[in-house]
Amino acid sequence: MDALLLSRLQFAVATYFHFLFVPITLGLSLIIAIMETIYVRSGDEDYKRMAKFWGKIFLINFAVGIVTGITLEFQFGTNWSRYSSYVGDIFGSLLAIEATTSFFLESTFIAVWAFGWNRLSPKMHCVSIWLVAIASSLSAIWILIANSWMQHPVGYAIRNGRAELTDFIAVVTQKFAVLTILHVLSAAYILAGFFVLGICAYNILRKQHTEFFIKSFRVAIVFTLIFACFEIFEGHLHGELLKHTQPTKLAAMESHWKTTSSAPMYLLSIPDPKNERNSVEIGKVPYVLSLLATHSLTGEVQGLRDFPKDERPNVWLAYFPFRIMVSLAGLFVLLTVVGWFKRNKLESSPRYLKIMQFAIPLPFIATTMGWTLTETGRQPWIVYGLMKTSESVSPIAVSQVATTLVGFIVLYSLLGLTAFYLIAKVARKGPEPIADSSK
Amino acid sequence: MLETTWFILWGVLWAVYFMLDGFDLGLGALMPILAKNNTDRKIIYSSVGPFWDGNEVWLITAGGVTFAAFPTTYAVLFSSLYSALMLILFALIIRAIPFEFREQIDNPTWRKLWDTCLVIGSFLPALLFGVAFANIFKGIPIDANGIYQGTLFTLLNPYGLLGGVLFVLLFTVHGAIWLSIKTEGELHDRASSMAKKLWPVLLVVAVVFLVATGFSTKLYNNYLQMPLLFVIPLLAVVGLLMTRLFVGKAAFWKAWFASSLTIVSATLFGVVGLYPALLPSSLNPAYSMTIYNSASSPLTLKIMLGVALVFVPLVIGYQTWVYVFFRHKVTEEELAYH
Repeated sequence: MDALLLSRLQFAVATYFHFLFVPITLGLSLIIAIMETIYVRSGDEDYKRMAKFWGKIFLINFAVGIVTGITLEFQFGTNWSRYSSYVGDIFGSLLAIEATTSFFLESTFIAVWAFGWNRLSPKMHCVSIWLVAIASSLSAIWILIANSWMQHPVGYAIRNGRAELTDFIAVVTQKFAVLTILHVLSAAYILAGFFVLGICAYNILRKQHTEFFIKSFRVAIVFTLIFACFEIFEGHLHGELLKHTQPTKLAAMESHWKTTSSAPMYLLSIPDPKNERNSVEIGKVPYVLSLLATHSLTGEVQGLRDFPKDERPNVWLAYFPFRIMVSLAGLFVLLTVVGWFKRNKLESSPRYLKIMQFAIPLPFIATTMGWTLTETGRQPWIVYGLMKTSESVSPIAVSQVATTLVGFIVLYSLLGLTAFYLIAKVARKGPEPIADSSK
Repeated sequence: MLETTWFILWGVLWAVYFMLDGFDLGLGALMPILAKNNTDRKIIYSSVGPFWDGNEVWLITAGGVTFAAFPTTYAVLFSSLYSALMLILFALIIRAIPFEFREQIDNPTWRKLWDTCLVIGSFLPALLFGVAFANIFKGIPIDANGIYQGTLFTLLNPYGLLGGVLFVLLFTVHGAIWLSIKTEGELHDRASSMAKKLWPVLLVVAVVFLVATGFSTKLYNNYLQMPLLFVIPLLAVVGLLMTRLFVGKAAFWKAWFASSLTIVSATLFGVVGLYPALLPSSLNPAYSMTIYNSASSPLTLKIMLGVALVFVPLVIGYQTWVYVFFRHKVTEEELAYH
């Protein structure tokens, strides 16, 4: 065990955990904003109760999301000091812009929203949740621009022994960033959608506050369906882009070893990195890999053997997560399409409701797999083609990182379990009774 | 010039952070002494409920700006202070969570657990930020490659600890004044008499700190070169005296502003003394992190300046609005929400 491995583990623990809560924040704030807008426009008190009920869950989740975010920003300095000093000119400024433009707005107006029910006019109150929703998605945009720069660095020059910014617009508007933003935001909205749909399904099945949850379901199903469909389309563009930007990641996620034209796709392969091949290849579908990656049946797709062994990512961690993510994305479209057709007869669809309540964890698995592919697929680079992860760790003692890693695992586990318990408790209890909702 | 501008902004961001999070951290640390029952505790939570989160973003921004404007300083500083910083971060986690979790389950043991978290999580950052900044003022053992040649215990030297005590006192006085603003009745009386009791201790520690700074640091060099700068520590002292004056007159908002002036000036006193260094090396001045050897490129600094000039005033604007909007006193009836 060295400081590098431990720091990587620590960053993985911290980001995986953080990203369990962030997508709920991103999506649920938007869903609540939509509910409250309906309330303001129609005056239907049910939608106000909805905003309050989902808001309760939102606040529990938000607290955990925010405290686990700060540790990430500081870890670049504590654990990845060489990285920070090499790319801070670009990466650091994006983080600072994120804080200045988004975090302030989000953190200030969530308080206005939570404490302002009786003090603000309904319209202003609704504006405050919109500001929270916009600010949280805006913060995601900035951090994803920063991550995209690590995936595909542009707009820089190596000067004074570090990467210096030369073209800010190029960094902010590069295609990789735009697609990543669309991809991750949609994923977050789908996740939050399934979260809401699942809780609705649970309660409708048990005939608790049935009308309330059917109404909530109808808001969320439209929202989720739109993004589930969009994600499939976007995901395809995303994969295609990798051919030009990260050929090693593309090859690893397809477990594609030999550079070939007219490359087929296999329904299942079992990678054998040691012998640079797949030990099992089942279900050959001719031309499909070439078609997907190059838009041509005969296009050439680079294989991993073309790259030095020490510049290849871990194939297992790219290949399987990719397949799990894509399969789940397909399932999400299916489930939301079915949900759309059943939206007016939910009570008589117990089987569908049962599936939906157990579907809550699936988008979490999908996003976790997505990040696993994104981050391990970039390895051994921390900034693709520019700086290796092994060169970027701080000169810190193993004992220091070991201690904090244990600290993170213990603290985050307790925090996660408690948050889970509390959210489940609120979700089961249901909304406040109608008479109480004026409070 | 650009580097100097960012150096000043860097100092101001930390100063504003200490001024804002200072009162909620200080109040959190004082809770076991000030609160006699659960209602008191709930009032204390509510008195900072709408503000603490927005206040903490100033820390994220101060950290982010260190990263953006002076990446090498960020790298060396944060990796050198690894254990201290991680301790601060863990503490800030456990102080934030109680605000949302405490009222979720109606059970005294549950509440006691979160109250303990709040107290520890408020006290530790107050102390450790003081220790960290005093050590920055003094310089830490970093070598030619920016590698820290010490341990967590290197930071716990007398001057560092004095800085810690100073911060705890500054923040607790600040917090007691805040609670005096936000409450009435017995809790209010306890808070204001706490501010009065802590104040003489703070005065003594502040004077000792100013004197010790002459022996332990080189901060005064800049002041001797440009005596006009003595205005800054003078403002800190004036702020401190005004704080007591206004507390005595029961003018708590004025006292809070005076106390804010003290915290801001005290922070800037150190920062201005450091210039042009951000992190002096105690091994050799040539190894220090300065605005010259650790700043970002002019392009990045310019873009960041543009962003700061547009957004920071905006942030100050809407945060001020929130402070004004929630300026009412927190009473028992007020606690209906949550």
